[in-house]
Formats: sequence, structure tokens, C-alpha cells
Amino acid sequence: MARMSLKDKLEVLADAAKYDASCASSGTSKRDSSKGGIGSTEGMGICHAYAPDGRCISLLKILLTNYCQFDCHYCINRKSSSVRRAAFTVQEVVDLTIGFYRRNYIEGLFLSSGIIRSPDHTMEQLVEVARKLREEHGFKGYIHLKTIPDADPEIVAQAGLWADRVSINIELPTSGALTRLAPDKSEQRITSTMGDMKNAIVEAKDASRKFKSAPRFAPAGQSTQMIVGADAATDVQIIDRASSLYRGYGMRRVYYSAFSPIPDASAVLPLMRPPLMREHRLYQSDWLLRFYGYEPFDIRDASDGGMLPLDIDPKLAWALKFRDAFPVDVNRAERERLLRVPGLGVKAVKTILATRRYRKLRLDDVARLTQSIAKVRPFIVTLDWRPTVLTDRSDLRRLLAPAQEQLELFAA
Amino acid sequence: MTSAIDPLTQDTMRAPPARVVRLDGEDDWDGWRDAARRFLAARVEPERIVWHAGESADDLFADGDDTLPPEPQLEMRVPRHFPQLAQSALLHSDPERLALLYRLLWQITEHPGLLSDQADPLVRRVELMAKAVRRDIHKMHAFVRFREVETPAVDDGAPTSRFVAWFEPEHHIVRATAGFFVRRFAQMAWSILTPELCIHWDGKVLTESPGADRSQAPREDALEEMWKAYYASIFNPARLKIGAMTREMPRKYWKNLPEAQLIAPLIAGAQAREAHMVAQQVAPAERAGTLHALAEEAQGCRRCPLWKGTNGCVFGEGPGDARLMIVGEQPGDEEDKAHRPFVGPAGGVLDRALDEAGIDRGEVYLTNAVKHFKYVMRGKRRLHQKPDAPEIDACRWWLDQEIGLVRPRATVMLGATAVRGVTGKTAMIGKARGTPMPLAQGVGIVTWHPSYILRLPERDAADRAYAGLVEDLRLAAEQASTG
Repeated sequence: MARMSLKDKLEVLADAAKYDASCASSGTSKRDSSKGGIGSTEGMGICHAYAPDGRCISLLKILLTNYCQFDCHYCINRKSSSVRRAAFTVQEVVDLTIGFYRRNYIEGLFLSSGIIRSPDHTMEQLVEVARKLREEHGFKGYIHLKTIPDADPEIVAQAGLWADRVSINIELPTSGALTRLAPDKSEQRITSTMGDMKNAIVEAKDASRKFKSAPRFAPAGQSTQMIVGADAATDVQIIDRASSLYRGYGMRRVYYSAFSPIPDASAVLPLMRPPLMREHRLYQSDWLLRFYGYEPFDIRDASDGGMLPLDIDPKLAWALKFRDAFPVDVNRAERERLLRVPGLGVKAVKTILATRRYRKLRLDDVARLTQSIAKVRPFIVTLDWRPTVLTDRSDLRRLLAPAQEQLELFAA
Repeated sequence: MTSAIDPLTQDTMRAPPARVVRLDGEDDWDGWRDAARRFLAARVEPERIVWHAGESADDLFADGDDTLPPEPQLEMRVPRHFPQLAQSALLHSDPERLALLYRLLWQITEHPGLLSDQADPLVRRVELMAKAVRRDIHKMHAFVRFREVETPAVDDGAPTSRFVAWFEPEHHIVRATAGFFVRRFAQMAWSILTPELCIHWDGKVLTESPGADRSQAPREDALEEMWKAYYASIFNPARLKIGAMTREMPRKYWKNLPEAQLIAPLIAGAQAREAHMVAQQVAPAERAGTLHALAEEAQGCRRCPLWKGTNGCVFGEGPGDARLMIVGEQPGDEEDKAHRPFVGPAGGVLDRALDEAGIDRGEVYLTNAVKHFKYVMRGKRRLHQKPDAPEIDACRWWLDQEIGLVRPRATVMLGATAVRGVTGKTAMIGKARGTPMPLAQGVGIVTWHPSYILRLPERDAADRAYAGLVEDLRLAAEQASTG
């Protein structure tokens, strides 16, 4: 085989990495390069570009290699796929990261890999990239390392010393599907690695409270990803799973990735268009769990037989099922109840609470704080507004559901 | 000196002359604050001050008193949030911002709680300005693209390089962003050129020069092709979401982003690439194993509660590359015990009909719309119960997997439950049977369910329905072989 150019390798190994949804570069410790090296992190992540798939490009997201011993059917890099193979050297990844970073293309690196030779060897290579960036280049930017489930816990632990975030994908919401679609992976090994990571992160945090010099360990925590639509799991099962991952392993984020057709697909998965709207509804539910005080049973209540409606968001779906919880008086109700009002976000609620200390709110005031007062109106009471029959109308859902969106193609 | 007021000038005296402020630059926060403090202390109303900054400060509005009131003696207190808010809003490109901010300051001194009133129109307007400025700053952090240029060696030193960017911000934010780039690229030499102002960093000192134009910026960079290759490869053509992209990366920024020239061709090619991936043929050899694995997985299905009280899920059976698929309603008592579809009395009728239609059961993929036995207890007997729509819909996921894998040319739907399972719609069997209908995969033929035939009390009617079943199966076999 002719030697591949660096550009060819980049094309293959970026293409192979794109099914990982995470591109976050936020929430890590604050650093800059005023005393040497290159780079900075200032808390807020930065998305340096957006691709036409609507996903942000914050990190150089690549695989070290897409050669893999595993045969996971949903994965473009599985052993039995005829996809083109390539492998970067450690130095090539380091140089590419620094080169991109200097030009302000990226916030840092998200490095993952297929399993070559052995899980230990693969993990060592990933750690080596991160070490070189930090030690030889004084790289202060963001590093996200994927951990390899079967690698020696000692080596995995080193990843946390250099990286801001570590992650390992749970892959599928049900264990039956993991057996079918990722025969080489084991749920037990995945969750035990997550458990180790959680302990190391918590310990390091405790230590850094006591000693300033304590080594940092993955200051941006750990995250994981579930593929949506490749198994029979319902939305409610997925949200239950996510909730237990947040609670059990201290996940910073659970990503949902609509199963997307891949070139040279495996026979095991019928090919279809990725369920993007379903993915969107799951993210909305995830937000409700994390920022709006909803519990998994609320999501269950909002669903129809385990599946969330696609035409309206889960918050509105919940509100339409529990109409007696409305209307909510924006001048009196406590925060938790305001957060249940469809169309009122966390920020709007915060502003309402701040403003009403000063004076009573009218409908116009609320309108200035929200995207669409039409959506909020049936569910609130203000100084000059009280919905009469509106909350009881049987066609409320039709009134509030957005009109069929135009094909995105024409939005360009 | 005292004198009587001249009646001719009385009018102008009633409206006191305008006071004019000229700030040193569009982003002259210190100048604005100093002037605002003095005017406030002197109780000069907002309506009486004309504010100018930057270029407009030099223009013709010379009339008006441009002296500032004296420095106030007393410390002035404003809510802590105000300087933050005003400092951002001051950078907005709207020429009215300077006056609006003074008006807001004026109102705060009268109503100290005003800033908490986010619904107040003036507060809201200033907040939105500040927000637009913060967003522009954030986008500048994100979208500046440096190009590397070699700078000639000085003395004996090796040639070094400088990173130069051209950027067009919407608001007056260049100085406000400098700190970010200094902290991030502290050890690099770099310049950011903009139409209003250029900033330069040499590793130690930040310097400024007047605005530039695009032609002064470098046109290419050694790594830009790699970056574009990355951008094109990380894009997933199967999930086009152009609106989500343009919301966060508005078009106004595209002209200075090297990767943006790829957007149009990537979008144009996306649908073809996706269609190609979805149309890939599944290798028949692998299908059998996959169906087996699916059947295993289905044993743990909890999509609806019907699994309770059964012996497990009765999955479909038959060759993975069958041309003909037959979909029934749900397993019955015997099927549930045997773990196989169509082995009870209805299965007997189906077998006989298949035989008469000249179809080998071994070449057909047989399955049910609902894969667990639904029943009620009558004494010791488990009495069949029709599945309801949510149960059929919950189970559709499995049927879709089977259809997607087997890809039959013709699918026979036995009865209304099968029609709902396959198509998601309801149909009257008597009306729908006899004509093939197009499906997402192959054609569909609707016919009577064998257990319906068994239940018909009149012999004639049963015979007629049975003849119809055989006829429809023949039609399906024909479609399967030619389709």
C-alpha cells in the first residue's frame, strides 16, 4: 500500500471519529500561557466552527487509528468493515493539534482510538499524546481522552492526570442490545471503568481542597454516550438509564447520538435515516432532569407508552397532561412551579423572580422575557391576565404545536 | 454683572443649550464614565446632552457647550451590576448607546431597584445590547483565523513567524478581546487586523495601529488545506441541520472563515451520500445470524407490559433472505408454549392454504405484529385477547427490524392487526384485500386472518373467506417472484 499522506490520514481518522457527539470544551480548570507554553481555558467552551450537520467543532476530534479488533455492528471501524484504514503516529497528532491550535481553529483535542495490538497498548498511546502535549509543548488547551474499557486501570488512571475530561461510551441503553451489537464489549467492564474514574475524580477533588499542589484528575469530569434507535429501548428507558448514569457515576454529560447510517454498514442493523427529532426530544428531557427539577417519572408521565411525542417538546407534553397544575401565577409561584411552565426557561424564571421583588409583572413584561408569549400565556396568571377556558381546551395541543417545519434544505 | 433679560432671547433661555460630550474612541469607557459622573453630579438631564464618540466626535456638531462640569466631590454609588452591564453595552455599534446608558444611569439614581426589573423597556434594551456585544466578543474569540507568515531573520537569529488574522467584528470590541488572545497565545507573535483598529502582540507588549483592510492580511496558510479537510470529514451527511449551523455561525462571519467555502458543496452532496448509505445492500449470508441475535434480544423486551405471564417472546422464523413474508396478529396459547409462530389451529389453516397456493412454508419468513401472547384467564384456560393499538405500535420496532433485514419483495398482512403493524394504519380487510399496495419495502397484500376463518359460524362464509386467503397468497407468491 502506498504511504498515505497526512491529509489522507486526517480525512480517514476524522471521518471515523464523527459518530462521537461530544465536543464540549467547557467546565475545566482556568489556565493560560502567560508563564510559558501555549493555550488557555477560561471556563466557557468555545465552538470554533459549525458543520452543516449543526454540530459544533470545538476540538480536533480524531482517532489515533481506526484499525480495530472489535466488531461492533454500529461502528464504522469494526473489524469486518471494508472502510479505509489509517494510523497516526503520536507525534503526528501532537503536531496537528499544536498547528491547529496556533491558528485558533480549535480549543484542543478529543482523541479516541480503535483497539490495536492490545487495549493496554492503545491506552498507552493515547496517554502518550496527552503527556507530550502537556509536558513538551506546555499545552494549556483542552484534552478529552477516550478510555479503553479493558486497559489496565493504572494506565487508564494516567489519562486522568493529563486530560481535562475522560469518557467511555455506554453505547446502548439496554444490555441485550449491547450483546447483539457489540459482542466484544461488556457492560460490566464499561461500568466498572466508569466507577473507577468517578472515584479517582472525587478523590482528586477532595485532595485539591486540602492541598493546593494535589495533582489534578480530569477536572472537567467524565461523560458518556448512548446510541438512540439501534435497539428497542423506549425514550423512558433511555432517560431512566441516563438518570442512573448521572447519579451512579457522577457523569457531567450523557450524550444521545441518533443512530446514523454508515458507509459499508453491517448487516445487523437495518439502515434508516437517523431519528434526529427523537434525539432532540431526549436532549430536552435530559435538560429537564438536570436544570428544571424533573424526575425520570415526570418524563414517563409526559410520554405515550414510553415514547415522547415528536411534535411537541416534553415540557409541553407534561403540562398538557397535568393541566390542573396550571395556571401558575408568575407573581407568587415558587421557582419549581415556574420552571414547569412551557416556554419559560431557567433564565426567564430567574429574571421573573428578580423583577417581582421590585414590582408585579404584567403579561407584556413576561412577553419581553420569552421567545413566544403565545406558548406561555395559557399556563400563567399575571397582574392583567388570567387564562379562562384556554387551559382546558381540548385543541390546546394543536394550537401550541409548531407548524410543520419547512425542509431544512431551504433554510440555507 | 446683572442685566434685564432681553425679550428676544427669552425662548432660547428657556431651553438650556445642549451640552456636548466627545469621547476619545468608540470604546472609551473611562471617558464615558468620567463625563457621566460629572453630569450626574451636576444634575444635567439626559435630554440636554449630545454624546459623540470616535469619528462622529470630529464632525460638525460644534454648537453646544463642550465643557464638562467639575469633578464631583462625593463618591457616587451605583448598583454593582451597572458598570458590568454598561461596559459591555458601551461597545455596541448603535450610536444611541451612549445617551441610553446615561439615561439609564439617571433613572437608577432615582429608582435604585430598577436594574433588577428586567422587564423595564430601557433596562431590557441595554441588557440586549450588552448581550449582543458579549456574543460578538465570544464569536471573535471563536472565528479569528490566524495565517502564519515568515518574518525575515533579524541579525543572526533564525527566521521567526508571526500569526496574522483579518476579522470584521460587528461592534467595537477589538480592545475588549485583546486580553483573551494575549492569555492564550502569550508566547506567539500575532496581529489581528480589523477595519477599525489593529492589535499586535510580540510576546511581551500589546500595541495598536489604525484600521486596515483585507488586502493587508496574508492570503494563505500552510495548514489551511488540512483544516478544510478536517471540516469536510467531521461533517456527517446523514444529519443535515443547516438551521442549527447558521444560528450559531451566522453568514456574516462566513467570508473570513476558510472552511465556510465548503458549506455549499457539502450540503449539495449530503443527500446523495446519505441515500447511498441507506440503500446499501445487506449481505444475505449475515442475515440469519442477525435475526437470531434479534430474537434473543427481544426476549428482554419491555416496550409494553404484555411480556408478563408469557413463556417469552415468539419471534419470526424463516430464511433471512425470504422473498415472501407473512405477518400475523400475535402468538396464541400453543405458539407461546412452543416458542414458534403459527403452530396452533390457525397455523393449521395457514399451512393448508399455503399448500394449496403452491407455497413452501420453509421459504417464507413468518412472524407476528405483536410478539407476546395477550390473554385473559377463563378458569384454567388462557383466552386470546386482541392487542390494542399502543401494544401494536410498541411492537412495531421489532417488525421493522425484521422487514429491514429480510427485505421481502411481498408481505402478506393477515388481518387488521398485521396491517397496523406493517403500515401503521388501519384498514377494512374486506375492502383492502385483493390489490397489492406499495410499501416502503416491496408490496403488501392484505387478507383474512386464518383464525377469523375458523371463527366464522357459517360454513359458506368460511369457505369463501378461505378461498380468498388462498387466492391472496397466490397473488403474493406471484408478486414475490416477479417484484
